[in-house]
Amino acid sequence: MLEAAWLIPAFPLVGFVLLVAFGRRLGDPVAGWLATLASAGAFASTLVVFVGLVGEEGERRFFIQHLFSWVAAGSFSVDAGLLVDPLAVTMCLFITGVGTLIHLYSIGYMHGDRNYSKFFVYLNLFVFSMLILVLGDNMLLTFLGWEGVGACSYLLISFWFTSEANASAGKKAFVTNRVGDFGFMLAMFLLFHEIGSIRYADILTRASTLSTFAATLAVVLLLLAAAGKSAQLPLYVWLPDAMAGPTPVSALIHAATMVTSGVFLLTRLNPVLAEADTWSRGLVAWIGAGTALFAATVALAQNDIKKVLAYSTVSQLGYLFLAVGVGGYVAAIFHMVTHAFFKALLFLGSGSVIHGMHDEQDMRRMGGLYKFMPLTGFTFIVGWLAIAGVFPFSGFWSKDEILLYAWNADEIGGKGLWVVGIVTAVLTAFYMTRQVILTFFGRTRFYDATGAEITEAWSARIDAVRQEMTAAEVARDKAAEAVGKATDDVAKRTEALEAARGEVRQANAAVATSNPADDGHDKLVKALDKAVKAVPKAEQALAKATDGVGTAEAGVLTATDELDAAVARLDELKARQPALPPLLVTARTSAPDVSEVEDNLPESYRHRQEYHPHESPATMTLPLMVLAVLAALGGLLNLPFTSRLKVLEHWLEPSLFGHEAELSASAATKWVLAALALGGALGAIVFSFRVYLRGRMRPETFEKPVFAHAWYVDDSYADFFGGPGRKLFDLAAWFDRTIVDGAVRGTATVLSGAGRYLRVAQPGFVRAYATFIGFGTVLVMAWFLVGRLYLRQ
Amino acid sequence: MIPVALLAAESAAPAPFALLPSLIAVPVLTAVFIALLPANRGDFAKAAALVGSTITGAISLFVLAVFEKGDPGFQLVSQHSWVSSLGLSWILGVDGISLFLVVLTGILFPIAIVTTEAHHEPKPYYLWLMLLMAGSMGAFLALDLLLFFLFFEVVLVPMYFLIGGWGHGERVKAAMKFFLYTMAASALMLVGIVSLAVLVGRETGVPTFDVRVLAENSDVLSHTAALLIFLSFATAFAVKVPLFPLHTWLPDAHTEAPTAGSVILAGVMLKLGTYGFIRFGLYLLPEIAHELAWIFLTLGVVGIVYGAAVATMQKDLKRLVAYSSIAHLGFIVLGVFAMNAQGLTGAVLQMVNHGVSTGALFILVGWVYERRHTREIALLGGLQGVAPIMAAVFTVVMLSSIGLPGLNGFVGEFLILLGAFSSARWWAVVGVSGVILAALYLLWAYQRVFHGPVSGDNEKMSDLKLSEMFGIAPLIALIIAMGVYPKPILDRIEPSVDALVAHIGQRVDGFSEQEPEPVAPAGVDELIATAEASGHGGEAEAQEAEEGAE
Repeated sequence: MLEAAWLIPAFPLVGFVLLVAFGRRLGDPVAGWLATLASAGAFASTLVVFVGLVGEEGERRFFIQHLFSWVAAGSFSVDAGLLVDPLAVTMCLFITGVGTLIHLYSIGYMHGDRNYSKFFVYLNLFVFSMLILVLGDNMLLTFLGWEGVGACSYLLISFWFTSEANASAGKKAFVTNRVGDFGFMLAMFLLFHEIGSIRYADILTRASTLSTFAATLAVVLLLLAAAGKSAQLPLYVWLPDAMAGPTPVSALIHAATMVTSGVFLLTRLNPVLAEADTWSRGLVAWIGAGTALFAATVALAQNDIKKVLAYSTVSQLGYLFLAVGVGGYVAAIFHMVTHAFFKALLFLGSGSVIHGMHDEQDMRRMGGLYKFMPLTGFTFIVGWLAIAGVFPFSGFWSKDEILLYAWNADEIGGKGLWVVGIVTAVLTAFYMTRQVILTFFGRTRFYDATGAEITEAWSARIDAVRQEMTAAEVARDKAAEAVGKATDDVAKRTEALEAARGEVRQANAAVATSNPADDGHDKLVKALDKAVKAVPKAEQALAKATDGVGTAEAGVLTATDELDAAVARLDELKARQPALPPLLVTARTSAPDVSEVEDNLPESYRHRQEYHPHESPATMTLPLMVLAVLAALGGLLNLPFTSRLKVLEHWLEPSLFGHEAELSASAATKWVLAALALGGALGAIVFSFRVYLRGRMRPETFEKPVFAHAWYVDDSYADFFGGPGRKLFDLAAWFDRTIVDGAVRGTATVLSGAGRYLRVAQPGFVRAYATFIGFGTVLVMAWFLVGRLYLRQ
Repeated sequence: MIPVALLAAESAAPAPFALLPSLIAVPVLTAVFIALLPANRGDFAKAAALVGSTITGAISLFVLAVFEKGDPGFQLVSQHSWVSSLGLSWILGVDGISLFLVVLTGILFPIAIVTTEAHHEPKPYYLWLMLLMAGSMGAFLALDLLLFFLFFEVVLVPMYFLIGGWGHGERVKAAMKFFLYTMAASALMLVGIVSLAVLVGRETGVPTFDVRVLAENSDVLSHTAALLIFLSFATAFAVKVPLFPLHTWLPDAHTEAPTAGSVILAGVMLKLGTYGFIRFGLYLLPEIAHELAWIFLTLGVVGIVYGAAVATMQKDLKRLVAYSSIAHLGFIVLGVFAMNAQGLTGAVLQMVNHGVSTGALFILVGWVYERRHTREIALLGGLQGVAPIMAAVFTVVMLSSIGLPGLNGFVGEFLILLGAFSSARWWAVVGVSGVILAALYLLWAYQRVFHGPVSGDNEKMSDLKLSEMFGIAPLIALIIAMGVYPKPILDRIEPSVDALVAHIGQRVDGFSEQEPEPVAPAGVDELIATAEASGHGGEAEAQEAEEGAE
């Protein structure tokens, strides 16, 4: 049965090859099912091997399968071979088990993506690499898997490559990990140099021949490698950014499996750690504890649902390092497994939320989702209780174990480690409760108008008043114009009246001077009559025109009033525009008041009112349910009550070669420590309820800007590499262009005679060359002859 | 295929003397044939070059097939006295060190021809390419110093004309710089060659340029003479590699050369430098090579870090790849002067790897240029959206160049650093940092060229054609095959490398290979014994403890 070991990585490899060849043709969802089948095949093979290994007696549980000779030169030689032992099989079980569930989940999650099959190509390749990492029988093969998972991580983080942010995140992950690889490679070189081989069988059996110095140096180098892959201080910065990848990737690669590689590596090489100076193990533990606490504080103030989980992952990985540093290897693997269960569950749950929420990731926009997606909500709560360390969920047991071993490690400041551990545990319970409340309970803030929408609505509203104002202005101008016109009219009418009166005078004079006997007299009298009659008409017209001026002037007054009113309204409206809704949110935070601008809210808001968060399809909820069961019951793997119940401990024993630390704490101490941890977790949960559900305290107290900005570590890196770091590279490029090449050009100029000649002679250079060669040949001949003559002497 | 069959018949003879000469003769004859073709039929010229180079490539594969795996010495030697009074003879031979460089040359030329086009005057273009192939083959095969020098110089001429005639931008200036730089350095080497032959000949009484004879007898030289001769060789090779600070001809030449020229320049010609260091440095004058190793280790490491740093800031994609070559060649020099089995084997393997990966990179950059008429990184972007297949091929090649395990670039790099760690620890430590930088400049370039939103003229860029896919497929296959199963190659390189290391060991007092003693590999039984000795018997013990408690 152990001979089936090669099948474990073979399944995903075959899946990968088939998908590369036919993936596009198989398409959505067949390609996904094929990939899932490949992963399931690996899981089944692992089960077979597992059963085979269980069939062996305790310390005989080793099996090496030689596949082919890989690299050999001089005394160096490594095979492509598999080392099957309890540690490797444990890793394989949860990698393939959780991996298969996440494959299944991805079938639904990635549905409709234009690069659907490519996603599964990468996913299968990842599982293959990860299995090689844990199954390889030498460090070089582990390194192959190590780099392979890194490459897959890079490809999957930048899977949606059209966004610059995703592309940058992928690159950042790869390059940061390379810094760790620097340590891995040097550790390999060192161990080869000291032991003469980098096969695990050789290292593990000959580690005791290492000098303390060599072993210590190796541990430091391995720690660097592990800190890169497992996102520990100071190399953690890539992991939060890695959340740019699709959520199943975050669950599988950046939570459950790949990021635990560093812990696996240190556990695998536990005999080397055992030979090293105590301080180097202390360094491992303290780096882990520091990272755990640091990341937990940052998680307090994150609003992106995935960012909380990302920092939580960094924090929990710190826990694993802490465990390894204090010699609690079993506790480390135990927590690694339970963490894989509950963190994969939480990530997949968050993916389900994001999927059902129109790609919304901001928890401030969630709330009350439990009623829309009860399955996701219920399983998420299980994950929350597990990570918070609530009895009897899995996290309680594994975390307790780590804290116990920390307490025990007196030579490296165990009590301090324990304090850091318990503070981290309290913070974890606190921020995870916050996440659950903000996501699933309280008011559904999904429908609230967003700050941007409110701003937009108010500007629309203000714009409307502005338009009214403009209209009033136009009306006023029109009225003023009318006044002018009316005034002109009055002047005209006055003139007309004068003219009429003049005519009367003229007619009068004419009548007076004319002889009534004349024929024309009557005519003149008639004209006078007419002229006299015209005067009252002109008078009337003038009166009317004068009235017109009055009316027009009244119109100007009205228009001016209207304008004033509009300006006043605008001012008043501006004054009334509310501040944006608060940035910090609890379940009690009320909806921003938009009643005044209801009609002005943009389309996105209206659109959202018609959309309802929904539960995800069965391919997605089924894995959630399975993982929830595992997250709840994972503690059964290693119950501390009797020796017989410590299944995992006995199972892993052969792989640890007796380097597991011995516990000296009394039973009473154990009970007290466990009670303290549980009490702390429950207290934090209750407290978080008070803050975020009941609103009894302001969230500002906990969500400090320094936490939100992750203590400005990443920003400082960015400032350095974008500033002085980049300048250094620029300097190198400038140096090359100006100094090195400049020297060459300078020399050419100094030899200007030849240089200028050659440049001038360019067109005929062929000839010049031929001459040169000919001359050279003669020279050679001359040398020969001289040599011959010389020799003859 | 007929010539191969004929050669196969010949190879049955104990000394198939025509085999190695035909590697030079076939391309020369092809060149002659092309010269006779009508000038207006460029397609004939291309077809002839393709057939000629493919036949040569097939012969090189045949050489690989008949090569005796366990034999460290020179094989298939073809020796004819040429100008016997001068000690000048025609000696060709191949050993594990040159074998794969010959095969690489045989493979890379047909691929370079099939994946690129001559944009004008195809007839002389292909003629020069064929002469270049003949010269490169000759340089890797020659066992006579003067013959080597002849070929070493001959390759310059076609490359000069290819860059000057078919290049881009400032091609004439770049060609001139390339030519003068390399010519000046090799003039020095000629002095060294003749002095070496004369001085050794004076002691032994037999004038000869035969490397094998000279290498066995070079210990008769005075220290000063050996030092000066070594330096004259080393200068020529350092320019060719190129080593910092003699490298500035390379970015210009690479950038302005036509694609095929860049492929051959990086893939084959730079290897003349590193190959020269092994064959005519370590082998010929081991004492001085050992004495001066620290200089070359330092320059190699400087090249790794400096080449990478300068590559990072390049704005021209092709120039970036050119600078990456400086970094990669720095690794090879580090391996050569590590002077142990791992370092040298890794260096030889890495020469082949670099030829394959960087050749492929130049082909890809050439394709981008043909489509977009620019290599300016800032003007490209989002190409993965419009050309996903090209992006996928680029990704594989890039990962190989970065040194991802499972692909070819890693094995060589790893062995080099492993070897250097044993014999030149601190240089190796700095060298490993080059691994970080390689990821930085290549991934950043990839991001700027292929990732992000697609815009402007990039939207219209077409993906790879089927013919292009077939053209680059052999390189991709090699990248994967050599990464997954390098053993057949290592098995052939190693005996010759071991012999070389032994040769150095004989000649240099107090030389130790500084590699750990081989250990008897532990197996399951040892693991079980160790687990048992730790006193933790797993379940059995648990049960006992349980019972004890009860």
